[in-house]
Amino acid sequence: MNKNWPLWEVFIRSKAGLNHKHVGSLHAADADMAVQNARDVYTRRNEGVSIWVVETKHVTASDPDDSDQMYEPAKDKAYRHPTFYDLPDELKHM
Amino acid sequence: MTDQNKFDYILQQADNCLILGQRLAEWCGHGPILEQDIALTNISLDLIGQARLFYQYAAEIQGEGKTEDDLAYLRDAWGFKNVLLVEQPNGDFGFTIMRQFLYDTFSCHFYEALMNSSDERLASIAAKSHKETLYHMKWSADWVIRLGDGTVESHNRVQQALNELWSYKDEIVLETSVDSAALAAGYGISLTELKEKRDAKITAVLEEATLSIPEGTYSHKGGKEGVHSEHLGYILADLQFLQRAYPGNEW
Repeated sequence: MNKNWPLWEVFIRSKAGLNHKHVGSLHAADADMAVQNARDVYTRRNEGVSIWVVETKHVTASDPDDSDQMYEPAKDKAYRHPTFYDLPDELKHM
Repeated sequence: MTDQNKFDYILQQADNCLILGQRLAEWCGHGPILEQDIALTNISLDLIGQARLFYQYAAEIQGEGKTEDDLAYLRDAWGFKNVLLVEQPNGDFGFTIMRQFLYDTFSCHFYEALMNSSDERLASIAAKSHKETLYHMKWSADWVIRLGDGTVESHNRVQQALNELWSYKDEIVLETSVDSAALAAGYGISLTELKEKRDAKITAVLEEATLSIPEGTYSHKGGKEGVHSEHLGYILADLQFLQRAYPGNEW
């Protein structure tokens, strides 16, 4: 029997309106404890206003061995970036 | 000294915070897992922060040009007004949790009432501390329930802690002459009302934790008058060594 508590991934929203970002992982017996532990470990220096936790086993990751076929093909397709438009000066934050 | 009773009243809670904060700091690097090590020391720092706010105010009332540091580092054991509960040794994790729970259920309700103090400074310290203490109580109550309703081993250990600490839980709500005078003057809180709310919370959590509530009604006391167990001297030896050996030393 594995005596370690399950591993959880922690996501913190740094302020209202921003997205939750992955900040690290921790051990906890269940979801409630994971949120409390995340509060104590990852928000003690005023880092956040909201916490998500996901048990690590529920995360599906891409295979690093597939990197070539997954990501290489996008590299020479500059036309997919919307950089060819003239934006009016009034339009900010684009 | 502008108000001796207010000074004494503030020291009671300041000393509770400092001594329990020091006890929890002993866990630093020794917590059962990294996450709980940090939780314990976060709470320790919250408590020491609360102690500072009270000591700063007490030093002003004292009016002898002294500071919070004089009150924390240069008083002897008989000058400390903390209850015996907070100076009890950490024991195992279950014992620390139970001691914390019995303290948090007091302090949470204490600050809730102190927010209505006629003294604005005390009311504002209470408002800030209450938020911290709400979290402490959630943390310790959750752990009492987890351990009590957990394995046979965790249940037995936390039950044993409850049995040992039971006679230490009521000193903190026993009204001293300082408490009565503070209540009469409007800046203190009613310990009778507090006890009712506190006891209801304690009972609810212990029942959920499937722990049996001890029947004893005996209560240790003396701390609020400066009569302490042998443990306080050792705590102060650790806490005060540096300032005693190297007076005025700073970081």
